[in-house]
Amino acid sequence: MHLTDIWFLLIAVLWTGYLVLEGFDFGVGMLLQAVAKDPVDRQVTLRTIGPVWDGNEVWLLVAGGATFAAFPFWYASLFSGFYLALLVILVALIVRGIALEYRNKLHDPQKHAAWHRRWDLAIVISSAVPALLWGVALANIVRGVPLDAEHNFTGNFFTLLNPYALLGGLTTLALFALHGAIFIALKTHGPVRDRARALVLPLAGLAVPLAAAFLLWTQTYDGSWITWVLAVLAAGSLITGVAASRMGRDGLGFLGTAATIVFASATLFVTLYPNVLPSTTDPAFSLTTTNASSTHYTLTIMTWVAVVFTPIVLLYQSYTYWVFRRRLTRDDIPQRGTPARPAPAETA
Amino acid sequence: MTRTLITMDAIDLARWQFGITTVYHFLFVPITIGLASLVAGLHTAWYRTGKLKYRQLTQFWGKLFLINFAMGVVTGIVQEFQFGMNWSAYSKFVGDIFGAPLAIEGLLAFFLESTFLGLWIFGWDRLPKKVHLASIWLVAIGTMLSAYFILAANSWMQWPVGYTYNQAAGRAELHDFGAVLTNKVALVTFPHTLAASFLTGGAFMLGIALWHLLRGGKERQDLFRPAVKLGAVTVLVAAVAVLVTGDIQGKIMTETQPMKMAAAEALYETSQPAGFSLLTIGSLDGQREMWSLTVPHGLSFLATGSWNGKVQGINDLQQAYEQRFGPGSYKPNIPVTYWTFRLMILFGALAALVALLSLWYLRRQGRSPSKWLVRAAIVLPLLPLAANSFGWIFTEMGRQPWIVFGLMQTRDGVSPTVGAGSVLTSMITFTVLYAVLAVIEVALLLRFAKAAPVAPAGAESESGPELAEPDAAFLY
Ligand code: HDD
Ligand code: HEM
Ligand code: HEM
Repeated sequence: MHLTDIWFLLIAVLWTGYLVLEGFDFGVGMLLQAVAKDPVDRQVTLRTIGPVWDGNEVWLLVAGGATFAAFPFWYASLFSGFYLALLVILVALIVRGIALEYRNKLHDPQKHAAWHRRWDLAIVISSAVPALLWGVALANIVRGVPLDAEHNFTGNFFTLLNPYALLGGLTTLALFALHGAIFIALKTHGPVRDRARALVLPLAGLAVPLAAAFLLWTQTYDGSWITWVLAVLAAGSLITGVAASRMGRDGLGFLGTAATIVFASATLFVTLYPNVLPSTTDPAFSLTTTNASSTHYTLTIMTWVAVVFTPIVLLYQSYTYWVFRRRLTRDDIPQRGTPARPAPAETA
Repeated sequence: MTRTLITMDAIDLARWQFGITTVYHFLFVPITIGLASLVAGLHTAWYRTGKLKYRQLTQFWGKLFLINFAMGVVTGIVQEFQFGMNWSAYSKFVGDIFGAPLAIEGLLAFFLESTFLGLWIFGWDRLPKKVHLASIWLVAIGTMLSAYFILAANSWMQWPVGYTYNQAAGRAELHDFGAVLTNKVALVTFPHTLAASFLTGGAFMLGIALWHLLRGGKERQDLFRPAVKLGAVTVLVAAVAVLVTGDIQGKIMTETQPMKMAAAEALYETSQPAGFSLLTIGSLDGQREMWSLTVPHGLSFLATGSWNGKVQGINDLQQAYEQRFGPGSYKPNIPVTYWTFRLMILFGALAALVALLSLWYLRRQGRSPSKWLVRAAIVLPLLPLAANSFGWIFTEMGRQPWIVFGLMQTRDGVSPTVGAGSVLTSMITFTVLYAVLAVIEVALLLRFAKAAPVAPAGAESESGPELAEPDAAFLY
């Protein structure tokens, strides 16, 4: 295996990690108003992702940075080519981050009702938009875009809005919503959990056919027996996850949708390989793992850095999930300046 | 020719966009870097002494820190994407070298910052006290790591090292990563920027604490007195560090980018010795006579370390560069470099002055607070922010016309296929969005900066029972 292949794999892993983790963040955001009907429920819902969403988003930043370092030509053609789509995603990520962090800075539900209403709406929209557009972007990467001999993108914004890519976008939108609903069910108790569980079946009704159609269509690009196996595994995990969630096995349900996203993402990246951005103008103009890559020296250094530090990151991120593993309830939300739980005495 | 015209437009727009978004990002960055360690320090004081007032201070400054941090994060994402979006030719040319520190910054610093900040915010009653304290220190370390790697990347653009130019591939290729990380420009830019950030964080704390001290009753005065001291001492120590590192930076800059030093002084003719011009009235284009107030030998010392050192002038350098790089102008925008350099120093010095005055006031607090000090307190946090922005505008504009000094010019770095319309759209979008967010963030900051921390119920005495969790605004 060449270093360029290892880096293709690593970048696929980073993207997959991002989709699995930020996938449920997006889902929780999208469903905020659907699962939480009063201010306390809203806080319960948002706190399920409160401690982790920013760390999850860093997976995207590292995926982007790693693409820049390992495949600068991919980074350059992709980011300049998908310009306006990325602009919309950036705006959504900015609004979303600020909405999550600022929403509760004014926390009196009566006095600041309008403030909360606006931020909540912002959270719903700015979670749905990237959930849709990341699917569109990934599908376009697999399908290929018009690139000239210099690997420069020659299409425009509407080139990206083809049926296959739109199907990809709807798939990630529905899948992340489902993933989020199951995550909320896993992390809460009480009315929020009940509403989230009630949403699982309708959302699965959307996600299952969309994902099936999208993964089948993907096989027409550069399918092989491996991509078929991966797509079948994705379908199997999805159905298992939904079934488990119906039976009240929230943990298994969450593993199911997480595995669905992993296998679907794997299907896309295996289909893409050894290209990184195919050219629909002429296959000879495609960017590949070899003609887009950095030098052997740079890749060697980056490999060492990744080998040493990725396990450490995984360790402390897992620790966070472990610390906040307990289900949240309405009693966790302090109301009107009084403590939620009897305050534990300070032991100095 | 029309094509050149169109791309010319896209270049100017891309430059404006980069300037706007980066300067904006860097309003939040130095507050984050400075305040992270100060909050960690207060948290440590609470951990060590168990005193209620330190816990109140930790949470008071922690809340302001979080409001600021959120803006730092969301504006940073734009920076990460922008190289590929607007500067794709640049990204291809330098990606082999420049991408590595960026990726490492994410892996080492951003993960650390964001994960442990989550633990700190939500961990008040979930984490063992030691781990909770360690979390905020890890956040502080993360901010500094992040600064180091991004500054190493930027320093490579100022003074490229450790690379070879591959003619066939048409790009710069890395051959010594150690050299990139120990670039002499990076080794001095990092401490200078770090010192400037502590000056900023300290002034932020001092300004707000001073306001409470001068306005509040006895209780508030007792609470905020330690913050005034901590802020003032931080500002003064950082000011000295900024001065020392800035002085070294001047010498390194004279070696690496003599044109920038000459432009900083609007020094057209090579001089020995050269004076440091404090103030110039007249034009800065080197044609007309101008009146200027000069410290004799000052520039010689700043640039070379010797009172009689020779400093090269813009005209000689322009000639030398034409011979080396071919015809063209190698002069940056002289009025901008001249004034930004001075204003950086001036605003930093003003901040240090206010810090001195406030310490002096603390010593003789029997007297009623001076109105002037209250006013100074209000503008104080803004002074280092201005100094930082001017410092960056100077550094980046002074490098022009190069995007990578001596290797690639800015106009060659822009994305060839992104039209002016797209860049204009994104520039307007970011500018409007950033303006709206600025209003919201400043309103929130003011609200929380003015609010006196309320002692939690049942905690009248310092030994009384305490709530482990901060108030609701801290969490979600
Ligand atoms: C000297 C320090 C410094 C400089 C020059 C820059 N930044 Fe920055 N950046 C930070 C110091 C920092 C920080 C202190 O680490 C921040 C500020 C607030 C924060 O959340 O972390 C941050 C946040 C931040 C984030 C969000 C990280 C997260 O989600 O936690 C990104 C993606 C970037 N930055 C990227 C950049 C890029 C691509 C820059 C170059 C143009 C840049 N920054 C200049
Ligand atoms: C965060 C602090 C920074 C600030 C405030 C800043 C400021 C600026 C400004 C004002 C410009 C416009 C210059 C002009 O139009 O002539 C600029 C340009 C630029 N800077 Fe920086 N900069 C910062 C950090 C960086 C870093 C860390 C990098 C690289 C990693 C960088 C890379 C660039 C590039 C690529 C341009 C565009 C080309 C140009 O117009 O010069 N900057 N920056
Ligand atoms: C006597 C005081 C100072 C001196 C002599 C000084 C010197 C310098 C020099 C020579 C540079 C340009 C480096 C280059 O482009 O290679 C610079 C940049 C900079 N300065 Fe200062 N400075 C001083 C005070 C300050 C203050 C008070 C602040 C902020 C609070 C500040 C913030 C910055 C920043 C952010 C940069 C850009 C980053 C960098 O290149 O380090 N400086 N300074």
